[in-house]
Amino acid sequence: MLEIRNLHARVQDAEILKGLDLSIGPGEVHAVMGPNGSGKSTLSYVLAGRDGYEVTEGTVRFRGRDLLELDPEERAGEGVFLAFQYPVEIPGVANTTFLRESLNAVRRYRGEPELDAIKFLKVLRERARKLGVADDMLKRAINVGFSGGEKKRNEVLQMALLEPALAVLDETDSGLDVDALRTVADGVNALRSPDRSMLVITHYQRLLHYIVPDVVHVLMGGRIIRSGGAELALEVEEKGYGTYVGEAA
Amino acid sequence: MNTAIETVRSVTGTYKYGFVTDIESETAPKGLNEGTIRFISAKKNEPGWLLDWRLRAYRHWLSMPEPKWAKVSFPPIDYQDSYYYSAPKTKDGPKSLDEVDPELRRTYEKLGIPLHEQEKLSGVAVDAVFDSVSVATTFRKQLAEHGVVFCSISEAVETHPELVRKYMGSVVPYTDNKHATLNSAVFTDGTFVYIPPGVRCPMELSTYFRINAKNTGQFERTLIIADAGSYVSYLEGCTAPMRDENQLHAAVVELIALDEAEIKYSTVQNWYPGDAEGRGGIYNFVTKRGACRGHHSKISWTQVETGSAITWKYPSCILQGDYSVGEFFSIAITNNRQQADTGTKMIHLGRNTRSRIVSKGISAGHADQTYRGLVRMGPRAAGARNHTQCDSLLIGGTCGAHTVPYIESRNRTATVEHEATTSKISDDQLFYCRQRGIPEETAVALVVNGFCREVLQQLPMEFAVEAQKLVGISLEGSVG
Repeated sequence: MLEIRNLHARVQDAEILKGLDLSIGPGEVHAVMGPNGSGKSTLSYVLAGRDGYEVTEGTVRFRGRDLLELDPEERAGEGVFLAFQYPVEIPGVANTTFLRESLNAVRRYRGEPELDAIKFLKVLRERARKLGVADDMLKRAINVGFSGGEKKRNEVLQMALLEPALAVLDETDSGLDVDALRTVADGVNALRSPDRSMLVITHYQRLLHYIVPDVVHVLMGGRIIRSGGAELALEVEEKGYGTYVGEAA
Repeated sequence: MNTAIETVRSVTGTYKYGFVTDIESETAPKGLNEGTIRFISAKKNEPGWLLDWRLRAYRHWLSMPEPKWAKVSFPPIDYQDSYYYSAPKTKDGPKSLDEVDPELRRTYEKLGIPLHEQEKLSGVAVDAVFDSVSVATTFRKQLAEHGVVFCSISEAVETHPELVRKYMGSVVPYTDNKHATLNSAVFTDGTFVYIPPGVRCPMELSTYFRINAKNTGQFERTLIIADAGSYVSYLEGCTAPMRDENQLHAAVVELIALDEAEIKYSTVQNWYPGDAEGRGGIYNFVTKRGACRGHHSKISWTQVETGSAITWKYPSCILQGDYSVGEFFSIAITNNRQQADTGTKMIHLGRNTRSRIVSKGISAGHADQTYRGLVRMGPRAAGARNHTQCDSLLIGGTCGAHTVPYIESRNRTATVEHEATTSKISDDQLFYCRQRGIPEETAVALVVNGFCREVLQQLPMEFAVEAQKLVGISLEGSVG
């Protein structure tokens, strides 16, 4: 599904990723844990193709294609979805309008027919209901005045609509209280499927208590320095990232 | 950082209305002098009082300086290098819609403006002005049943001289400003609307202006009178061919609302804006003003300004009647080398008058844009209120936005509020959209439409969708 080989990336003049290797198979859920500044968000932006994140070395193949040569919107079409740590507000643009633009853009890319307003609303309402997203939230301007929990739930709703092959969740737990965290995690778990891979990026173990990964990686100094099963997350939680400092060098 | 919006591409080829209609025209000799004015007046069989009025305006015009206060720059206009009258050749002018020249009919079809009544755009009556003359007016019979007069102004001079004489120049006097004075001297046609007392006009009225001929200025006048207790919603649209030279459009619009009458005036201005290097395009120097003469009357201006090389335009309200209301909702988009100096004037004279201004300016490329607005509270305007909101959105790093509010209050009980913001389309917003599969240009249009939503909502339903698309098209090529 996703093959990252020797990935080096820089932001402005600083090299952040320094030879990262990661491979995720279909249906697998991988967690990447790391302290602040280890390159977690950079990894998610590089995968999504954000301007300003320059890949200097290495390859990223996604379902057999060279992901790095595609524009962000093409990557979305190919099935890469990034749930943002800080979902962006767009004043005046109704959530529903945005979601429809998005779904139809992706459908166009995939050569599927666009959904008209009525069909779209039917699909949207059905997915929204499952996630406990109120109608009112669909009418409001996207993310404007949303609470932290609402923003993250809205990200999961978008993921449910776009049905990506790879979902990258960037610190989805940040800013959530326990109840909101559980709701969001339930939504994500409901989207787990044999043909959808997930990359869960987090600082803390607590999210992995709700979204249990198949594989856990520790990212430090721009490289994966340790990989293991779900129990590795507990070890990190117990011992702290300091334990691995020697290995990062 | 190499952001997505730093590079500005050219928009050449995105103006859809740049074609030219090949039609035989009758034109006045080139240049401007008393002879030109007599020619126009004779062409229209005008009464003596109107010719006198034109000539007074012309003589006054000769003594007037060009207005210099706007933040726009262009070489001096050579008024002698232009034609002031150009009309498609016809025998007597069409008597009915079926007699409209097929070539003209095709032009309007291409522009999406139906002149066949059966192809009506859900209840909109159209007056089609082609260069200097009105070529067709639809739905006149149906409107006449309600007592509504909707015709070209030349025709109104013949059929309703008392109304034209009483009201023309009463809101924008012929001495007003250089461009309006020129218009008073050489205006060739335009639209006349009269809504009788108590009548709610049963359909949207609209005028579609088309400049076709080369080196020709368009000078039309619109006069709308809403008698006591009446209501009318009016829309104007405009386009022109792509030409390398600049063409002058100096229009005058006068609105008069009597007691408890309401006029809603919407404009979707899409004149040819010139090419990416700033060659060609229309100089849109327009004077629009409405007088709320009666108590509880209301005038509402909504404008979507996307075209023209230079826009110089301040649709205004004179709030004379007590409790009268003035509104101004504006979206101005400038891209490439376009310049716009636009805004409004709200002159509060009566007691408890209210006004509201919502201005949304979007600038991209190397364009420069100024909001210029005056709010004046007169000594009698007890309890008057104004609220102004002025938002500017910048796309890229080479454009400019300026806000110049003038506030004058001579009454202690009057309230004036002014809010202004300037923002940029953020990389975050664009990346968020693109990550969701939305291509960059669509993303820009989406963000801009969101920014303008408050104003777009003011447009009549039929045109809101068109205007939304136009907002997208105008910014094509603004990101790269």
